[in-house]
Amino acid sequence: MKQLYEMLCTQYHVYDFEQRQDRLAFVSIPSEQLVSLLTCLRDIYGFSHLALMTCVDWLEESRFQLTYILRNHDGHRELVIKSFIDREHAVADSIHHLWQHARVYQRELHEMFGLSFPGSPGMTEPMILEGWQGPPPMRRDFDTLRYCEDNYSNRDRTHSEPEAHMKATMYPED
Amino acid sequence: MEKDKFDDLEVMDLPTDEESDPGFTEWRKDEKTLLNMGLPEEERDWFCDARPQVHKKSPKIIEDFLNWARAESLWILAFGTGCGAIELRPLLTARYDISRLGMAPRPTPRQANLFMIGGYVSIKTLKRIVRSYEQMQGPKFVVAVCSCAINGGMYWDSYNTVKRIDEYIPVDVYITGCMPRPEAVLAGFDRLKQLIRAGKAEGQNLYAQNFDYYKANQKRIIKDWNMPDYNW
Repeated sequence: MKQLYEMLCTQYHVYDFEQRQDRLAFVSIPSEQLVSLLTCLRDIYGFSHLALMTCVDWLEESRFQLTYILRNHDGHRELVIKSFIDREHAVADSIHHLWQHARVYQRELHEMFGLSFPGSPGMTEPMILEGWQGPPPMRRDFDTLRYCEDNYSNRDRTHSEPEAHMKATMYPED
Repeated sequence: MEKDKFDDLEVMDLPTDEESDPGFTEWRKDEKTLLNMGLPEEERDWFCDARPQVHKKSPKIIEDFLNWARAESLWILAFGTGCGAIELRPLLTARYDISRLGMAPRPTPRQANLFMIGGYVSIKTLKRIVRSYEQMQGPKFVVAVCSCAINGGMYWDSYNTVKRIDEYIPVDVYITGCMPRPEAVLAGFDRLKQLIRAGKAEGQNLYAQNFDYYKANQKRIIKDWNMPDYNW
């Protein structure tokens, strides 16, 4: 994996190489070069499988981390690409032309994090949250508890210890 | 387990229907007509615009016979809304065998009269639940299984899960547990049969009577209401 990283270094501004396991490594890349790197990895280095595409919200650093897990089935190697985009201007490049199923991930990220992937087909259609009108719920500044309290009503709770309750209801004579 | 508000079917404080337009021009419409405003203009005539009616009771001896028949043929709608639906599978096998209680799973709402809410209900599922419930033929009964359907359970602070299902459709019997064992579900069904025989499982009439209350609750949660107001 170190060898692969050195080869990538000659073409791209990859940084933060981190070898977590024998066959698993993490690298970071500026977002401008992301699609180019993914195309290169898919077509030249044999990372033909996009196993996961997800997002991490770094609220304190005011940026989103896009994470792509690629798998090379011939060499049984996995490479995780991290790319950072600005939190205020959350627009990233779409990769639906590289992997068809990336459009589903991008649709989900649009819904849950409010990211925008221009050109991704069907991105704005609702997927899980039909008719959602609040802010994107997976952003860390979204207050889940307050939203829940505003929208859904509680049932009045009565507490009863199981042991005492069963004794009172089933064996009151003991 | 039993809900004790069936003893007296009182009409609750009904919220006013803000959508009703007083200036009806068509001769057959009045203030009770459902407007189906959520549907596109050309689709509004495709659906019935009448409200559900409260079922009138027969004389007592006939009603008792009918209740006995209803209690002995509960057909479950095979609509697994959460993890609680898993408990239906062991009930169907030889060990528990709910067919000896006259119960069977049915594939469509039209053929079923028992709706088992099996667990957490998200907003997207609630839309389907409401439509399926309204499509079921009366008399129909609802059993809510698992703590999620009762008070939210582990989804108590979830952004997309309703915490109590009985605000949106009437529930006859609750079965607690996370998950309840098949024995508990059987006991719940047995309890439901007792309620039906006593003539106290009046969920359908409750729904028709408090239609505006339930509909207002549903529309408050379901922000994109694109279905008919009552799905006959």
